Amino acid sequence: MTAASPELTARLGQPWKKPPLIRQAWLRIALSLGAVVYLAAAVSTVEVNWSRVYEGLDRGAAFILSFTRPDFLTRGSDIWEGLSESLIMTVAASVVGIAISIPIGLGAARNIAPLPVYLICRSIIALSRALQEVIVAILLVAIFGFGPLAGFLTLSFATIGFLSKLLAEDIEAMDRTQAEAIRATGAGWTQWINYGVQPQVMPRLIGLSMYRVDINFRESAILGLVGAGGIGATLNTAFDRYEFDTAAAVLLLIIGIVMFLEYLSGVVRARVQ
Amino acid sequence: MPVSEGNSGEKIWRRRTTGEAMVRWLAWLAGVAVFVWCWNRISATTTWFFVWDAPRIAGDIFDRATPPRWSYIEKLWVPIWDTLNIATLGTILALLMAVPVAFLAARNTTPSTRFIRPAALLVIVSTRSINSLIWALLLIAIIGPGILAGILAIAIRSIGFCAKLLYEAIEEIDRKQVEAVTATGASRWQVMAFGIVPQIMPAFAGISVFRWDINIRESTVLGLVGAGGIGLQLSGSLNTLAWPQVSLILLVILFAVVLSEWISAKVRSAII
Repeated sequence: MTAASPELTARLGQPWKKPPLIRQAWLRIALSLGAVVYLAAAVSTVEVNWSRVYEGLDRGAAFILSFTRPDFLTRGSDIWEGLSESLIMTVAASVVGIAISIPIGLGAARNIAPLPVYLICRSIIALSRALQEVIVAILLVAIFGFGPLAGFLTLSFATIGFLSKLLAEDIEAMDRTQAEAIRATGAGWTQWINYGVQPQVMPRLIGLSMYRVDINFRESAILGLVGAGGIGATLNTAFDRYEFDTAAAVLLLIIGIVMFLEYLSGVVRARVQ
Repeated sequence: MPVSEGNSGEKIWRRRTTGEAMVRWLAWLAGVAVFVWCWNRISATTTWFFVWDAPRIAGDIFDRATPPRWSYIEKLWVPIWDTLNIATLGTILALLMAVPVAFLAARNTTPSTRFIRPAALLVIVSTRSINSLIWALLLIAIIGPGILAGILAIAIRSIGFCAKLLYEAIEEIDRKQVEAVTATGASRWQVMAFGIVPQIMPAFAGISVFRWDINIRESTVLGLVGAGGIGLQLSGSLNTLAWPQVSLILLVILFAVVLSEWISAKVRSAII
C-alpha cells in the first residue's frame, strides 16, 4: 500500500462538507452581501398600494373563474378579425423575414464573407436584436400609420436579427472539409454555397424558422397594443372594459395556437434532423 | 434511384422522381399562394398614401428627435432603477416558482407522469405563450398600475421559460451520480440535494442570467401599459410628442439592453 498523500491524511476522519459554489471565500461573502444590500434597497423602493391590491383580489378571482366559461361569441367577430390579422402578419412577416435573413446570415458568417460585408451584416443584426419589437412597432406606427403593415414590418425586422445571427453561427460551426471538397471540383461561389454550405445548415435553418414562426405569432399578439394590428387591440379593449370572459377566450385561443405551432415545429424538427 | 432517359435511351441521374418533384412544386405553389393572399390582406388595410409619405415623415420625426434632450436624464434615474428592480425581482420570483415546476415536469423526478407532469407542462406552456405585456395588462386590471404589477408580470412570464430549460437540464443529468447517492441510503430529499442539484447548478445559473437579460429588455416597455419603469416615461413623452425626450429614452434603453446582454454573456461564459 502506498502512503497517503498529505492532503488526504489531513482530510481523513473529518466529516464531508459540500464544496461551495464559489471557491474564493471573499468573493462569496462579497457577492452575498451585495445581493442582500441590493435586495433590501430594491424591495424598499417598490411602492405597493396594498389596499388596492386587496380590492383587486376579487377581480383576480373573477378573472380566474372566467377561464371556466370563456366567452367566444359576444365579441366573436372582433376576436376572429384580430386573430386572423395576427396570423396573416405572422405568415407574411415570417416569409419575408426568413428570405431577408438568409443573405444577411451568409454575410455575417466570418468564414464565407469578406470583412466589410461581415461588419455591415453584423451591425444590422446587432441593431435588430437591440431594439425591442414593441419599440420598433411604436416608431413604425408613427411613420406608416396604424394597421398591420407596421406590425408586419416590425416582425420581419425582428426575424432578421434572430435568424441571421443563429444561421451565421451555424455556418461558422460547419464542417470545412465538405465545403472544400465542393470547391475542389471547380464550383463557382453560388454552387459552393448551394452544395457545400446549404446542405449542412438546412436542418437547423428549418428548425429555427419554425421556431421563429412561433415567436412571431406570440409577438403579433402584443403589437396591437401600440396600434400595429392583430389580436392585441381586442385583448386590450377587453381588459379595459373588464370583460374578463372575452379576454379569457382570447388568451385561450392564443395559448391553443401557440401549443399547436409548438407541436408542429416539434414534428417538423424531428423530421428534418 | 430516380433516373430519366436521355435522347438515345441512356439513363441520367436525377435528384428526385417525377412524383416527388411534382409534390414539391405543388407545396411551393401553395406556400406562395398563401403568402400572396396574406400580403393582399395586409395591403388592403393599409393606407398607401401614408406609406409613400413615410420617408418624409421619418425624416421629420428624426429632425424633431435630434438632438436628444440630455437634461431630461435627471428625471430618468428613478425609472431606470425601477426598471432594473422589475427585471431582477421578477427574475428571482420566477426562479422560485420555476424550480418546483421544473422538478414536477422532468420525467425522472416527477412524482406522477400521468397527472402531475401534464399539469406542470400546462403551466409551462401557458405562462410561456403569453407575452409579459399581456400579463401586465391583466395584472393592472386586477391589482392596479405600478411596479408590483410589472414585477409579477415579468415573474409569471418567466416561469415557463425557466422551468422548460431547467426541466430539460434535469432530464439530461447523469443517472450514475443519482444512483451512487441513493446507494448510500440517502432519502429522497438527500438524493435531490446531493445527486441532482449539483448537476443542474451550472444550467440553473446560466438560465437565470439569460432570463434576467431578456427581462431587462421586456421591463423597459412594460411601462407602456402602466406597469412602471422607464416605459412609463416613454409613453408619456410619446403622448405629448416630446420627441427629444423619446430619443433620449430610446438611447437609454438601447444602452441598458446592450449592457445587460454583455453582462449576461460574461457571466455565462464564466460559468460554463
